[in-house]
Amino acid sequence: MFLSRVGVRSSLSGVIRRGYAAAAGGNEMAFTFAAPYQVYYNKANIKQVDVPSFSGAFGILPNHVPTLAVLKPGVLSVVEGDNSVKKFFVSSGSITVNDDSSVQILAEEAVPVELIDGSAAQQELSAAQQELSRASGDKEKAEAQIAVEVAEALVAASKL
Amino acid sequence: MFANQVKSILVSSSSCLPSLWTVNRRGMATLKMISMRLKSVKNIQKITQSMKMVSAAKYTRAERELKLALAFGDGSQAFYEQAEVTPPENAKNELIIAISSDRGLCGAVHTSVGRLIRSKLQNKSDNVKVVCVGDKARALLQRLFGQNILYVAKEIGRSPPTFEDAARVATAISDSGFEYDSGTIVYNKFKSVVSYTTSQIPIYSVSSVNSAPKITLYDSVDPDVLQNYIEFSLASQLYYAMKENACSEQSSRMTAMDNASKNAAEMIEKLSLAFNRTRQAVITRELIEIISGASAL
Repeated sequence: MFLSRVGVRSSLSGVIRRGYAAAAGGNEMAFTFAAPYQVYYNKANIKQVDVPSFSGAFGILPNHVPTLAVLKPGVLSVVEGDNSVKKFFVSSGSITVNDDSSVQILAEEAVPVELIDGSAAQQELSAAQQELSRASGDKEKAEAQIAVEVAEALVAASKL
Repeated sequence: MFANQVKSILVSSSSCLPSLWTVNRRGMATLKMISMRLKSVKNIQKITQSMKMVSAAKYTRAERELKLALAFGDGSQAFYEQAEVTPPENAKNELIIAISSDRGLCGAVHTSVGRLIRSKLQNKSDNVKVVCVGDKARALLQRLFGQNILYVAKEIGRSPPTFEDAARVATAISDSGFEYDSGTIVYNKFKSVVSYTTSQIPIYSVSSVNSAPKITLYDSVDPDVLQNYIEFSLASQLYYAMKENACSEQSSRMTAMDNASKNAAEMIEKLSLAFNRTRQAVITRELIEIISGASAL
């Protein structure tokens, strides 16, 4: 009697495990998120990632259609396997979603949002705005404009 | 003792006379000469030893930073592998980026990059331009292929390469106005402390990405995004290659300086043996002179 019950239980757990594995096979995502001096995720399996890009912010789930995009200064949020959300500030970079459901996000600068100092970001913004008002010439103006955009995004991220 | 000094004066004043020089070379070297050489070899050993220490410290830092850059480098190449991008069949203009540094004394790190590029240029040198990152690559290619050099980036190697350095090189390439159809980055890939391999990373132009077989799978790739994407990925690939090369360079310098210190130690041993032997010979000869002088009286 007892022996047969053990047998049932082990065969049941076998079924469950197989079911889980099959589901995972369809929903896996090899997610790489790196900056030049830091690696945050290396081929990790996560649930979702929301990215800010110049063609609009979008969310990436496993088996997303392959695409290329360019990162915009803003907040990137990663939903990990246990549903916890991690937010990072990114300045610029590239987003690649490949055919094999692998995602590469390469940022020029990336920091966890918690580490941003709000008052320093505010100072950065006012310095960048002064720079913009002083700038003359197309190239300088464009550079100052980019600095202001990044600082604005930084201030917004620090308030999260 | 006096005879000994005379001989050394003779040698220094008449070193232009080959016959005297050879006579002296065949006979025993003077004590003074040996002690001078011994001193200089000892100084060289001190220098190579401290250079080894410095590069060991730089190497540990370079390796730590390389580990963090690995994911970044892999990520920048993943798209080209996945989309099966290949260089166009009839590539006309080619770009070669040579990664080296300004500093020498690091074994064959720079020469192996230079040799690979030279063999490429010997096969095909029309419409091929070379960008030299670091002065050593320029020195290697200047004489034979000076007209192929597009520009040279200097001041590389004093401090570890940063992303800004790579971005500056990438900007200079896109600003130079040279429209390349295909290209390669030639650098040394770090394997372990004692070994590295000279490798190449292919770089692609917008048109070759557009004609890749699997590019149609990718959604909403407009030309502007693609242009930006390729510029950023060139900078990140350059950054990765510079990191790999810096790590190989430091590890190779460490080995080279270790070998140099060992060789100097060997030389010091031989020279001090010769020094002691000569000193003993001088003492014996002086004793003989005194004794024979005394017995003649």
